[in-house]
Amino acid sequence: MLKRNAVRNEKERMAPQPTGSMSKTVEERDHVVIRFAGDSGDGMQLTGDRFTNATAILGNDLATLPDFPAEIRAPAGTVHGVSAFQIQFASTDITTPGDHADVLVAMNPAALRADLDKVARGGTIIINEDSFTQRNLEKAGYASDPTTDGTLDGYQIYPVPMTSITVRAVESLGVGKKEAERSKNMFALGLVSWMYGRPVDVTLRWLEKKFGGKPEIYEANVASFNAGFNFGETTELFAHQIHVPAAPVIEGTYRNVAGSQALAWGLIAASVRSGVPLFYASYPITPASDLLHELSKHKNFGVVTIQAEDEIAAANMALGAAFTGHLGVTGTSGPGIDLKAETVGLAVITELPMIVVDVMRAGPSTGMPTKNEQGDLLHAMFGRHGESPIPIVAPSSPADCFSVAMEAARVAIRYRTPIILLSDSFLQNSSEPWLLPDVDALPTIDPMFARANGSEFLPYARDERLARPWAIPGTPGLEHRIGGLEREDRTGDISYEADNHERMTHIRREKVEGIAADIPPLEVDDPTGDAELLVLGWGSTAGTVRAAVQRVRGSGERVATAHLRWLNPMPANTGEIVTRYRQVLIPELNSGQLTMLIRARFLADAKTFSKVQGLPIWADELEDAIVRMLHG
Amino acid sequence: MAEENGDVGGIATLTKKDFTSDQEPRWCPGCGDYAILAAVQGFMPELGIEPHNTVFISGIGCSGRFTYYMDTYGFHGIHGRAPAIATGVATANPDLHVWVVTGDGDALSIGGNHLIHALRRNVNIKILMFNNQIYGLTKGQYSPTSEVGKVTKSTPFGSVDHPFNPVALALGAEATFVARTVDNDRKHLTDVLRQATEHPGSAFVEIYQNCNVFNDGAFDLIRDKQQGVHNQIRLVDGEPIVFDEGTRCVRVGENGRLEIATVAESDPSSIVTHDIHGRPSLAFALAHLSHGPTEPTCIGVFHEEDRPTYGEAVRSQLERAVERLGPGDLKALLHGGDTWTVG
Repeated sequence: MLKRNAVRNEKERMAPQPTGSMSKTVEERDHVVIRFAGDSGDGMQLTGDRFTNATAILGNDLATLPDFPAEIRAPAGTVHGVSAFQIQFASTDITTPGDHADVLVAMNPAALRADLDKVARGGTIIINEDSFTQRNLEKAGYASDPTTDGTLDGYQIYPVPMTSITVRAVESLGVGKKEAERSKNMFALGLVSWMYGRPVDVTLRWLEKKFGGKPEIYEANVASFNAGFNFGETTELFAHQIHVPAAPVIEGTYRNVAGSQALAWGLIAASVRSGVPLFYASYPITPASDLLHELSKHKNFGVVTIQAEDEIAAANMALGAAFTGHLGVTGTSGPGIDLKAETVGLAVITELPMIVVDVMRAGPSTGMPTKNEQGDLLHAMFGRHGESPIPIVAPSSPADCFSVAMEAARVAIRYRTPIILLSDSFLQNSSEPWLLPDVDALPTIDPMFARANGSEFLPYARDERLARPWAIPGTPGLEHRIGGLEREDRTGDISYEADNHERMTHIRREKVEGIAADIPPLEVDDPTGDAELLVLGWGSTAGTVRAAVQRVRGSGERVATAHLRWLNPMPANTGEIVTRYRQVLIPELNSGQLTMLIRARFLADAKTFSKVQGLPIWADELEDAIVRMLHG
Repeated sequence: MAEENGDVGGIATLTKKDFTSDQEPRWCPGCGDYAILAAVQGFMPELGIEPHNTVFISGIGCSGRFTYYMDTYGFHGIHGRAPAIATGVATANPDLHVWVVTGDGDALSIGGNHLIHALRRNVNIKILMFNNQIYGLTKGQYSPTSEVGKVTKSTPFGSVDHPFNPVALALGAEATFVARTVDNDRKHLTDVLRQATEHPGSAFVEIYQNCNVFNDGAFDLIRDKQQGVHNQIRLVDGEPIVFDEGTRCVRVGENGRLEIATVAESDPSSIVTHDIHGRPSLAFALAHLSHGPTEPTCIGVFHEEDRPTYGEAVRSQLERAVERLGPGDLKALLHGGDTWTVG
């Protein structure tokens, strides 16, 4: 592996910088990867989320990777039940949650066992030593204590009795032992917050908001957090703090945003900017449910949300709403997209604007519901019977979900077509800082609803973009019937006529292909202009592609990169670009689905870098692959 | 209702023609669907609803074509999903008059889930379920309402599947309006449909519909004029349940069970008085009086109750959200929570 230990190798500047009342030294680094790991019930996602917010407010660039099991509470203390949250934060522009953790916070032996291989060699491991009992070691499958048997040689180990200190810190507050122990994640958060100089007030404010109504719980959490923070500051165990300066960024107002939030807000923004009410129908499914949760909070925007009886119903409700002049959206994941396929076909033939959000996850079947994969691209392209073309768009980062959602709505409405938005588990759950857009400058969308104009109404007449009229029930004079049977061109009457079916098949295809004229060309990043290798990414691999390409360029290699936001249609210049380079490498979290499309459409000799482990592609893996391709 | 004063914004001038599309119906000659279509087209003008505020939604099967013959808004969907599409339509715009036309295969087999959930939500849709106890469009397979022993192309040795009782199913799904009528009794059909239309919320109407090609005569005992007189148990709210020209009745028998008996042999106090607004258990018991249209069977409105409609509940929740949170403000949404400013 190349440069796996980039963080460790970089020059460490030790500077005696007293921070406030603290007397310890401060070491400066430009980026750090921390991984919080514990039992599913230990609150690691919450801990990571809070650390992320404090980090965002400090002005570091960041990227996160929640990594949790499908089971809500697998047997406590087992490796199956380990839930982890990884964050990379930096003083520079970063694009991935980091390949390997510099610091692992392991709340129990199972967490250590599950995640030790994710720690950079020589990295720091903070363990909750109270949990390293014989029984817990056995549950984790350790025959002997890894903290003493040499397993952890080469790492910096910090054993901290988190549970017992937490219990002591809150014992005067009158909370039960169980509640006291449960707040040990706040101790861990406090400790790590001290280590990296995170602002305290952000977390305390949040605790007040969350537990304000339950004074004992609130006080217990504050006491635990403070105990952790003070433990770092006062004990001899930790010699110094680490300072990661704020990243230089464009001026403006920022917030931290997860993909599911950004996607939901993008849909709301599309509704606000089009005046078309948003209607979201969905069936609970991991990891798409967060979209339903988020949208359901914002009914004051006129957002109708329905938790449907099943995936099929959700799609049909959204389509019915689209017929009625709403922005019909349904969201799903994994097996749900299979179930919606027939309805998407109905939306294709009825030519109604409808957005299908597919938060991809590892399959087939139930697969690994909480793990990531980009396995649905060909399903989105071809997963319907008959000739059934549909536009497909994919966001590249959590914050990008906002603009992609707006873009999907624009195209769906403008072209009267269903559209599939291919997000994925990583994008939904991860977060990053987001430069908030100027709301007044967001694009507007004109729904161009049909109105009677005295002449005969032709529901399948078309405008210059081959879009048909959107004539919604309640509009006098435009009564018409649509449905799944083939329509006659212009009149929309049922037609089994041979030539008509061929004409309609072509029109539907040309309409979708025509969207290429309405989207930006594919941009190539080729600084030297003479690269022989193009790395072409799509979806959530964008960050990894950027990081890996930056690294190989750092060692003098000439590599071009491009990112496909639109998978169907692809930008008009895609063929020219992929055939311009001698080599094309397509990293994908599948077995080569985009590669297959690129090869088939453009006769380009594209190769796949494939990974299907439910995890992101790490930058160093891709870096290796690029170097191998250049010199292999 | 509009017809009371006969002149509401020009609606009174509507005729059957205004609800009849230019598409020529293409059911088999003699199909019961023609009679239902004529009845619906004929009574729509009386309701005072404009065609442009009316939406007919159907699934797959012979009944699915109904949509094309109504000159209203229409959506011919996919198999079994009409109640879900209709839920989308009726929730997006609660001011529309939304009808679902479906069949026994469409509603009770492939679309069973959507049917029961639309009913329990009380979506404001009128569901006309044409029950012919057979798959007609696919040329004669047994359906979820076919009787045990039914010999069809897919059951040459007879069906072993126990059939659904559609009225009981709808009642079990907490439907707020449940009725049964017959395709060839224009007056009864129209009367039931009118009550369904006036009911705020989901109305489930099972219509015994003769498929003269694949299941001819399945309902003769009820539909046929001569036999129907003896076997139709006409339910009238507030009236004792008496049928067969006043000779037979439904009475409370042993252990509270409902049974059919002669009036002559029954204590008048044991004869059941129909009560459509009473407990659904009465309706449920009436639904189970017969095992199918091969013995005396109830027709009419079984049950009706008031419950908020889904569309109105959703709309009022949106209004309350605005009252509580203020009208949606995109900038406030994006800037809510922890933000920081650079520069």
